[in-house]
Amino acid sequence: MTFRERLQAWRYNLVPDHLVGEILTKRWTDNAIPFLALMATLGVFGSIIPGFFKLTSLQESTRQLGEFSLVVIGMTVVMLGGGIDLSVGSIFALSCFSAVYVFFILEQSIWLALAAALCTGLVFGAINGYLVGYLRLRAFLTTLVTFIFGRALFDILVTTYAADVQLSQASSDVLDFIGDGTFWGLSVSVWLAIILAIVTHVALTRSRPGWHVLAVGGSRRSAHNAGLRVRRTVFMTYVFSGFCASIGGFLIACRLSGAGPGTGLNLEIMALTAAVVGGVSLGGGRGSVVKGLMGAIIVLTMTNGLIRLGYGTGTNQMVLGIMLAVAVTVDIRWLKNRHKVLNEVYVAPVYLKMGETQSAAPGSATPYELDNRLSGADHIGLGELEGPEDVILDRDDHLYCGTRHGEIVRFFAPDYKRSEVFAHIGGFPLGLAFDKAGNLISCVGAMGLYSVSPERDVKRLSAETARSWTSIVDDARLRDPNDCDIAPDGRIYFTDSTKRYDAHDWALDSIENRATGRLLVYDPKDGSTNTLLDGYRYTNGVCMAHDGKSLFFAESWACRVHRYWLEGPKAGTAECVIRDMPGYPDNINRASDGNYWMAWLGMRTPSFDLSLRHPDMRKRMTRRLPQDEWLFPNINTGGVVKFNEKGGIVETLGDLSGNAHPMVTSMREHKGYLFVGGILNNRIGRYKIAGADPNWTSPASYWGGKP
Amino acid sequence: MNAIGWPSWRRLNQEGIVFAIAILLFAAAALGLPGFLTADNLVAIVRSVSVLGILALGMAVVIIGRGIDLSAVAIMAMSVAWYLQLLNTGTSDGLAFAYVLAGVLAIGLLNGFLVAYADVPAIFVTLATGSFVFGYVRSQLITQDAVPVPGGHWVELLGGLRFLDIPVEVFVFAGLAFLFFLFLRYTKWGRYIYFAGDNPVAARNIGVPVRPMLVLRYVLSAFVALIAGLLTAASLHSINTRIVNSTLLYDIVLVAVIGGIGLSGGRGGVRNVLVGAALIGILLNAMTIIDIPLLYQNLIKAAILLGAIIVDGIINPRDEQTAQQGDI
Repeated sequence: MTFRERLQAWRYNLVPDHLVGEILTKRWTDNAIPFLALMATLGVFGSIIPGFFKLTSLQESTRQLGEFSLVVIGMTVVMLGGGIDLSVGSIFALSCFSAVYVFFILEQSIWLALAAALCTGLVFGAINGYLVGYLRLRAFLTTLVTFIFGRALFDILVTTYAADVQLSQASSDVLDFIGDGTFWGLSVSVWLAIILAIVTHVALTRSRPGWHVLAVGGSRRSAHNAGLRVRRTVFMTYVFSGFCASIGGFLIACRLSGAGPGTGLNLEIMALTAAVVGGVSLGGGRGSVVKGLMGAIIVLTMTNGLIRLGYGTGTNQMVLGIMLAVAVTVDIRWLKNRHKVLNEVYVAPVYLKMGETQSAAPGSATPYELDNRLSGADHIGLGELEGPEDVILDRDDHLYCGTRHGEIVRFFAPDYKRSEVFAHIGGFPLGLAFDKAGNLISCVGAMGLYSVSPERDVKRLSAETARSWTSIVDDARLRDPNDCDIAPDGRIYFTDSTKRYDAHDWALDSIENRATGRLLVYDPKDGSTNTLLDGYRYTNGVCMAHDGKSLFFAESWACRVHRYWLEGPKAGTAECVIRDMPGYPDNINRASDGNYWMAWLGMRTPSFDLSLRHPDMRKRMTRRLPQDEWLFPNINTGGVVKFNEKGGIVETLGDLSGNAHPMVTSMREHKGYLFVGGILNNRIGRYKIAGADPNWTSPASYWGGKP
Repeated sequence: MNAIGWPSWRRLNQEGIVFAIAILLFAAAALGLPGFLTADNLVAIVRSVSVLGILALGMAVVIIGRGIDLSAVAIMAMSVAWYLQLLNTGTSDGLAFAYVLAGVLAIGLLNGFLVAYADVPAIFVTLATGSFVFGYVRSQLITQDAVPVPGGHWVELLGGLRFLDIPVEVFVFAGLAFLFFLFLRYTKWGRYIYFAGDNPVAARNIGVPVRPMLVLRYVLSAFVALIAGLLTAASLHSINTRIVNSTLLYDIVLVAVIGGIGLSGGRGGVRNVLVGAALIGILLNAMTIIDIPLLYQNLIKAAILLGAIIVDGIINPRDEQTAQQGDI
């Protein structure tokens, strides 16, 4: 091994590149950026401002934070519904004034003041909601105008009544408590914000109106076409925003015992920045209350911190402007490019040096030498079938196979001209096996292990196993169940080829070549599924040995066959019995003479073997070239290999014409014939095996003679 | 044409309606308000809307291209404030002007880049840059809210310049309006703005350089704002940065929208700006003569703008099937 290759091996096999892609598939990565920003902000300001984390200082700022958070929660809900509410500052100020007016000038009770504040907010919100929701005006400009309107009104009212408020003698213990008191160490405004945040979060994630808001924000047109009341939903979001802002206004009225010209100034751009910085998407549908709150803390810490650091007038606006621009740009770019980034980094190839192999070329006189015998096979279902990955015959000689359309098709003996849909599964049935009771067990691609009774009842046996501790993407789910076989005690052994890709992306898995294939067992007694072996390069076919004490399974991308011991001194361990084949092995089944049949889905090529030693090249290839120009296993030639109990190769059958069976994924011997299937083929082949036992059948071999 | 239900131009021409209202208002004010129909007052009207009109020209170009520029007032006030501050602290005139030009160009390019190439909605970009420009200049570059024009400087002289007893800004407004008219109507780039505003995807498909043209519009708007700022400083002999937090920005949008430039883009022209400016000028002047306090004037203007947007929404309705996602 050259030094360069050793470096490549270290670089690509030890550095877990694939984790980057797996992390990016997580929804919580959306939260990660705002969360890190929050931590950074708190860290920076906490360290440069002395006493930042002191209780008294925190209490004063949390009081403000409570009010601000209320406003941000309202803004978040509006934005989730696909709108925007710039009038929150005005609503906040007007509600504050209403409360002050009722309490100080009319000298009514504090509760009436609260009612007045809420009324103001609801009415103002309803006006916004009517204009934006029902009249379909542009949210941004409309709320901008209602903001100016509200602000002008507030300025007039404040200048008119400021003196009267100053002279008022009204006071109330409740007001003082709301404004200054604490409850279990937290101020009333913080408690209110927490309660409202929890209620809103639950409503958004677990109630019908909340889902409607998210649906409208996610796609207004789809929501409309699905029959949701889009206009009313939008209307309600603005009313809710008005409600939230008015509570905030009431709280500040209690805290300051009055209203001034500065009340609620710049609140709209602060709330907007908070929501966007927190990661609530413009245009709706993505975001949460928690994100809004994170943004609120970031923005308030920043602006307050800068004031306390003594920066001059205008600094706040400068910082808000930068934060808003950066956050909006990041949000837009992230949403647009997330899946592109994911596509770029998800495929993370590893280094593998394949062993030298014997030639399979015709005339090479090796046991692997391909001939043209399969090209003479009769065809069954030519043109009717698409993708018979596996074929199997029952005790009555009927032939079954899966199809790409998600069905199991049955061809009737003796001539296999007539067929019917035996069962509809819904996923692509791959490996097939009959159990003792005659149930047809099938590995269904991307779905799991299924059982079809002779009465055609489809039942799911297993779709998940235990999750491994180090997994990032949930590997409990079976992504690519491929083949199964059944032990004499009824337990079903099956393979799950890869944890990284779905069944139809098998080509990407071959390019990545990461060893994530598993061997699993399903126990019908208690319905449990357990992982027996992990870390193989695309586990594929499974076959019980004739004595039922061990099983063979194929490791496709490594061109190896392993034997897993169920009993005896080596129970629970696997050993490699065939290595470095010239073809990629697929399903394995029993042969009548005590040997085993194995399908080759394709042949190794020197070019692809070389590329496996150049993971960097394969990475570039998947990023820069269109898919149909990728280098991947040659599947234009396959074959059928017979091997014995010890792993010695007996003979190899092929189709050099390339017409009938270029790619073979399964074969099943039955009464002297070999039935051949291929996942990309349009037929099942029937080949007369010279000298085979004309009475041997697979069900009898597994479960004894006819009952 | 009406057979297939298209709106009739004759019936729903907002520009015509607004023009008629302006004339009616003018007539009513001329009859009802003493001192309205004097030469001095008429010049005052035109002068008061000149700066507004110039800003509205820049805004109009952006709106026709289906955008909006909320940073116009911040650029106008802060660029000039910085310029005057540089002059007051002894920087040479040429160098100071070069700095300011570069700054204005940078903000215009930034706006355009973020809108065109980062696909961020114009409204957020310009809101953010407006806030940034104000905050940055106010906190880092100037020391107080109002910056005076240094004595004897050309900006001060500009303020006193008059032809035929008419202040120079009126001529600047007229000249700029004519230039914009020529640009929008007769140049290739001007026509591109309409194409891009009417249907950006189609414009792109036929080969219009949509993104560079978008950047051009924001740069243009920024330079127009600088000119307006210089004229403001010329007539007031100082620039007060508090104007950024006033309702001037909404007056600009008001002029453009009320004149009949649809916010959905692709419609309108210089004539709409003139009509809008005329109506707002007369209105403001009348309100001042009647002695309505400034706060109430804001209330009235906001109400009118709201009405204009509602009418705009009714004339150019959006429905559930054709609305763009995220078009807020």
